[in-house]
Amino acid sequence: MSQGQDGAEQRLVTPGAAIGPATGRRVGTGALIQGDQIIATRVGLVRERHGTVSVDPVASTYMPRSGDLVIGTVVEARSNLWFLDINGPFQALLPMSLAPWKVEFGGTRDHADINDSLLMRVQEVDEVQNVVATMRGIGLRRLAEGAVLLVDVQHNDTLRAEGAALLKRLRDLSDCRIVLADNGRMWVDGEDAGIDWLRSLFRDVAAAGRTDALNSIVEHHAANAPNRGEA
Amino acid sequence: MMGGYGDVQLLRDDGKRLDGRAIDEMRPVEIKVGVLPAAQGSAWVKQGLNVAVCAVYGPMEAHPRKIQRQDRAVLDVRYNMAPFSTGDRIRPGFNRRAREISKVTAEALESVVLLERFPRSKIRVEIEILAAEAGTRCAGITAASMALADAGIPMRDLVVGIASGKIQDTVVLDLDKAEDNYGQADLPAGICPNTGELVFLQMDGDLSIDEYNLAMEYNYKAAAEIHEIMVAALAERYDGGEA
Repeated sequence: MSQGQDGAEQRLVTPGAAIGPATGRRVGTGALIQGDQIIATRVGLVRERHGTVSVDPVASTYMPRSGDLVIGTVVEARSNLWFLDINGPFQALLPMSLAPWKVEFGGTRDHADINDSLLMRVQEVDEVQNVVATMRGIGLRRLAEGAVLLVDVQHNDTLRAEGAALLKRLRDLSDCRIVLADNGRMWVDGEDAGIDWLRSLFRDVAAAGRTDALNSIVEHHAANAPNRGEA
Repeated sequence: MMGGYGDVQLLRDDGKRLDGRAIDEMRPVEIKVGVLPAAQGSAWVKQGLNVAVCAVYGPMEAHPRKIQRQDRAVLDVRYNMAPFSTGDRIRPGFNRRAREISKVTAEALESVVLLERFPRSKIRVEIEILAAEAGTRCAGITAASMALADAGIPMRDLVVGIASGKIQDTVVLDLDKAEDNYGQADLPAGICPNTGELVFLQMDGDLSIDEYNLAMEYNYKAAAEIHEIMVAALAERYDGGEA
């Protein structure tokens, strides 16, 4: 069994598995009420906090929500807007009115061309998954340097837990600037050795599958980190 | 209708089947998940000599747009037998049988996948039969259900594919190739192991009501056993073998 953050054992459940009686408990993500029972809808670890039962999935796909910080890749530039791949089921739309630059009609490619990576926020997601993004906000910009790595979205909570302690440790060990987006992408910028170290680490994390393996894989890789002496 | 080869001996004098199994014994089942790194979710199922591999991709935008549903996702299931999966080479490509099995598999899975969570999307399920020895649609359904779970697609339950049938007027569990070819009936089913719901049922041949009830009893018993193997496979991948 896996250990929860409070040291309690977390149980792995599979879709359809009964988690417990629904009476007096609310249902969070990864679970639903069927009859008088709460059942899991995903493979994951059961978590109960303040009377809400959830399943933290061990595998997940990114579903955009309003306010998410995302890294998008430009796949199409029209006269007055861009379409971006945000690692979700649907592309996001960035109108030139929500870009941080003064864009002339027909001049979108002068500011962000195909394959450019942009750091954006999801402005709006409607009921049929139309996604509108914005670059109006502090820190939102075109990512002209560094590299974009893939990080399974289910690891975001672990990376951000306890004041993003693990993310800070990765920053120290790799000596890189890191921006963790909500859509399973991470921007890293620094020396090649640091970027390579992070890339290799997250390749191992993806192969391991388990969310609780992240800490142990970081410890394992720490010995080869570019900045291990000063961490 | 099946049958027509009534003189073929499929049961031994000691009451066991030609491969030595008891009448209510299924072939050995092995399951692995996460076998294809390029897929969002994948599974490998071996049932007897059947080998099925399934890959799941998505949810993704449904194309062409005419297949999009505004309130839910669509399941795009493709079942295919590899040309080398049987003794006689199978002509590659989508044939009528593959189309039928793809359709019934999609309908079985639609009963459990929470499609309403992904409007206008498509979830692609590719089932490839690498080796066939009767019961490939059942192995394919089990593999697809596991691959969907591995991909993190929300589901109300897993689905187990299993078949019973009739040979020499005797109801048996999990027909092998000879029993499928020369038997009297075949009853493949898709069963949700936690709720006991039946999400897929076909019948080839004739069964009396009592025979049908016994065949379904065998199917439910086998579904419970296969479910344990499925849970163990997911636990092996995600929790070091404990669930």
